[in-house]
Amino acid sequence: MSTTGRIVTVYGNMVTAEFEGSVRQNAVAYCQRSDGVRLMSEIIRIRKNRADMQVFELTRGLKIGDAVEITDELLSVELGPGLIGMIYDGLQNPLPEMAEKVGKFLEPGHYLKALDRAQQWEFTPVASVGDTVSAAENLGKVKEKIFDHYIMAPFTLSGEWKVKKVASAGKYKVEDEIAVLEKDGETISVNMIQRWPVRMPLGIYNERLLPTEPMVTKQRIIDTFFPVMLGGTYCIPGPFGAGKTVLQQITSRHAEIDLVIVAACGERAGEVVETLREFPHLKDPRTGKTLIERTIIICNTSSMPVAARESSVYTAATLGEYYRQVGLNVLLLADSTSRWAQALREMSGRLEEIPGEEAFPAYLESSIARFYERGGIVELKDGRKASLTVGGTVSPAGGNFEEPVTQGTLKVVGAFLGLSYARSYARRFPAIDPLESWSKYTGTIPGEKVAWAHNFLRRGKSIFEMMQVVGEEGTSIDDFIVYLKSEFLDNVYLQQNSFDEVDAACPTDRQEYLFDMVCNILKHDFALTDKTQARNMFFTLTEQVRNWNYAPWQTDRMKEAEAEIKSSLNSKEAAHA
Amino acid sequence: MRKYYTRIDNIAGNVATLKATDVAYEELAVVEGSWGKSLAQVIRISDDNVALQVFAGTRGLSTGDKVSFLGSSMRFSFSDDLFGRIFSGGGEPRDGRSELTDNMIQVGGPSVNPAVRLMPHRMIPTNIPMIDVFNTLVEGQKLPIFSIPGEPYNELLARIALQAEADVIVFGGMGLKYDEYLFFKNQLEEGGAMARTIMFVHTASDPVVECLQTPDLALTVAEQFAVQGKRVLVLLTDMTNFANALKEISITMEQIPSNRGYPGDLYSQLASRYEKAVVFEEGGSITLMAVTTMPGDDVTHPVPDNTGYITEGQFYLKNGVIDPFGSLSRLKQQVNAKTRDDHRAIMDGCIQLYSTCRETREKRAMGFEMSEWDQKLLKYGDSFEKEIMSFSANTSLFDALNQCWEILAAHFEPRETGIRASLCDQFWPKK
Repeated sequence: MSTTGRIVTVYGNMVTAEFEGSVRQNAVAYCQRSDGVRLMSEIIRIRKNRADMQVFELTRGLKIGDAVEITDELLSVELGPGLIGMIYDGLQNPLPEMAEKVGKFLEPGHYLKALDRAQQWEFTPVASVGDTVSAAENLGKVKEKIFDHYIMAPFTLSGEWKVKKVASAGKYKVEDEIAVLEKDGETISVNMIQRWPVRMPLGIYNERLLPTEPMVTKQRIIDTFFPVMLGGTYCIPGPFGAGKTVLQQITSRHAEIDLVIVAACGERAGEVVETLREFPHLKDPRTGKTLIERTIIICNTSSMPVAARESSVYTAATLGEYYRQVGLNVLLLADSTSRWAQALREMSGRLEEIPGEEAFPAYLESSIARFYERGGIVELKDGRKASLTVGGTVSPAGGNFEEPVTQGTLKVVGAFLGLSYARSYARRFPAIDPLESWSKYTGTIPGEKVAWAHNFLRRGKSIFEMMQVVGEEGTSIDDFIVYLKSEFLDNVYLQQNSFDEVDAACPTDRQEYLFDMVCNILKHDFALTDKTQARNMFFTLTEQVRNWNYAPWQTDRMKEAEAEIKSSLNSKEAAHA
Repeated sequence: MRKYYTRIDNIAGNVATLKATDVAYEELAVVEGSWGKSLAQVIRISDDNVALQVFAGTRGLSTGDKVSFLGSSMRFSFSDDLFGRIFSGGGEPRDGRSELTDNMIQVGGPSVNPAVRLMPHRMIPTNIPMIDVFNTLVEGQKLPIFSIPGEPYNELLARIALQAEADVIVFGGMGLKYDEYLFFKNQLEEGGAMARTIMFVHTASDPVVECLQTPDLALTVAEQFAVQGKRVLVLLTDMTNFANALKEISITMEQIPSNRGYPGDLYSQLASRYEKAVVFEEGGSITLMAVTTMPGDDVTHPVPDNTGYITEGQFYLKNGVIDPFGSLSRLKQQVNAKTRDDHRAIMDGCIQLYSTCRETREKRAMGFEMSEWDQKLLKYGDSFEKEIMSFSANTSLFDALNQCWEILAAHFEPRETGIRASLCDQFWPKK
């Protein structure tokens, strides 16, 4: 059911069309340029017989009176086996195929199928004839990369249906019929493809659970001090140059998670290219396969059309929710939500809505909240647990966290990993500010132990500030040692060298071991009386623990490094008072 | 048959509105009056009302002036005849030579598919030590020069144009003072680079709208050369003027401003220009350097702030030198491991010592006593500034590295430099 309209206004990427009959809010429409090119758009406001649409392409060349084909379908994505390892734009067009078909430039008006129609999948039925199924219950499975990809009853199904026919084990393409379902004499044919509107959360499960299991990122400062949970949410705000994207990349490499969806939203193309060119060659230590085999990239970089940027985060979220339905633990990394918010602002400006703070629309906060709320850990209909964890970066103007996007985000996330320019400037990576950041979750290391260690950082900072005023001479040796201890904790535990093969990823057992070792040093009652001596002592300890960090787990090298640390602690200078 | 309209309804700022039919969005028009002729571009159509952005401005425009539409958006001729030519921001010849009309291409096309991009991986030698040694410029990189009015940023840009290795140089000047334009022209001519250069110049006295077109023209031409496999260097100055022109137009169009009067899409507007920087698989590339003056030396001003989020690092030009602390080439890691073994060590070592030297200077200023080590640092700092930091140097990378070793050797013992012993053994100058 589609209607035709006629263009009456063109202004930037907003086009208004006059129509007759009925149209649906957020339905897809195509603006027909006089040379025949069809530009995909989405209806975002309807006033009487006029529909305002955001166009996902350059609107150059559109004229008043040009035809608009208004469909009845909401902006949707295609779901099914074959999504993993793909690189899509914000509207789910596969970019490498696009390059083959259209050339180097993203010429407007070309849309490709998201799933490969020719690929054969090895199908194993799970349901049998006569079973009763409801929406999202498993009918069968195929092997996608290393995962069992369950083929489910259509998400839009209402009520209980009887399985009338199910395909026998064998090879099928995504469009082949794999089951027939029946209810009250009505039958439907099911294949492996499902479609789902991106702006609607996709969640068909028994219940949503409280996130209780940590998502291990192998970054000590995150896992120990500011943990993130499977099915939780977190944000990474920071000024430019503080290392947001680097942190996202490290997480996408090392996090213990089944599938990572990278939504490059309005950021540099170069960063996507890095992921794109390197992930096929980098090994995933968990599976031995390459990283690209557990990654989906949704990429709408800063120079690609703005409206598609706005929808790209929803596309990414929907794919994430889909694989959660399949039964995986999924991590969605959105870089950067500020660019997405700016896209909202641009559109809101064109719609001449009354602006809120910094000209962002009044619904900014609720939009941010809705996006993060799509994350969560759930118990699926077959009893398995699956999760979608959402992490977003925020790029606040001028590095000022008081701005609307950062503030709107802080209200709805479970963890805040604030990056600081000062730490990045001092080359203290990851540049997460340990005094400003927080997490509402608990990690593997007990909270009181973490709080005890964290207190050193706080005390160390106030002593350091005091020292700026009264000088080292005016500081007591006890305070000075506390300061050195806080620096030591920062240097050997909070900071991690992402270029070192071993130190780049610190697994949980190693973290727990190191944390105890560091705490013992923090507890150690040093008999130091001279400040230079104290400084040298900690300089040595820092160097030795760093060497320990670089030594592979449970090797002789690690044991040697540990012995050196012990001998420093037992030396005459360090002896107990 | 071309249709003429002779009734303009509204004139405000640089925008004129009239009733017309069968007009396409972003189509070009010609406005003709007793004052002359100007191009204009459609920036909004609503029912039969068409808003035109008049390139020459609306001063003297009459409601009875003639308007006709050209049936296409902005186009520009592309061929090898462009070399050595100078155009205005509106694409008109500025050098008194004939207009080019062959092979018209569309200005400001769609962006490059990220899937066909390559990671930047080749160094561009500029023979300026502060760039080559400490913040290497990489082919396909986009880097702004953050500076304040009064600093010699245009001199730096001209120097890069003359010394950097590139097949084609495309220059885009926005809001230039006339003598700045002549300065660039003379520099390029005297340096013998004009034959591989194409200039698009909008001077401060030209209409504002042409300022908006300048980077698009420059980048469109650059993109065509890059597709042909040429290594193109694009130099833009000053992007803050471009942003201010955007501000002017958006306010005229009654858009709601977001921050200090700038339009909400400032980031996207800047990004769509900067993101033209690219490396293609077939070898062509665009490297982009753009001056961004910071009003009041404030890096949180919307223009430098948005730019910083887009570009791959920045050069800070402060007190006549490229500041080694604020400057950063994010892509230098891609290339500086492959140049010479000592490159990274010199890069870190010299800057660390220079940073300690600055601390020592502060101590001296506060009246502290200078130790022997302090004296060494002070002397080192002076010669480092004189010999390495000045951008009037024209020294190849290897010579610059050698020079750094000479300076280190003149002031320090090898172990004082913090550079790995094996490198000192190999490179420390023998007396």
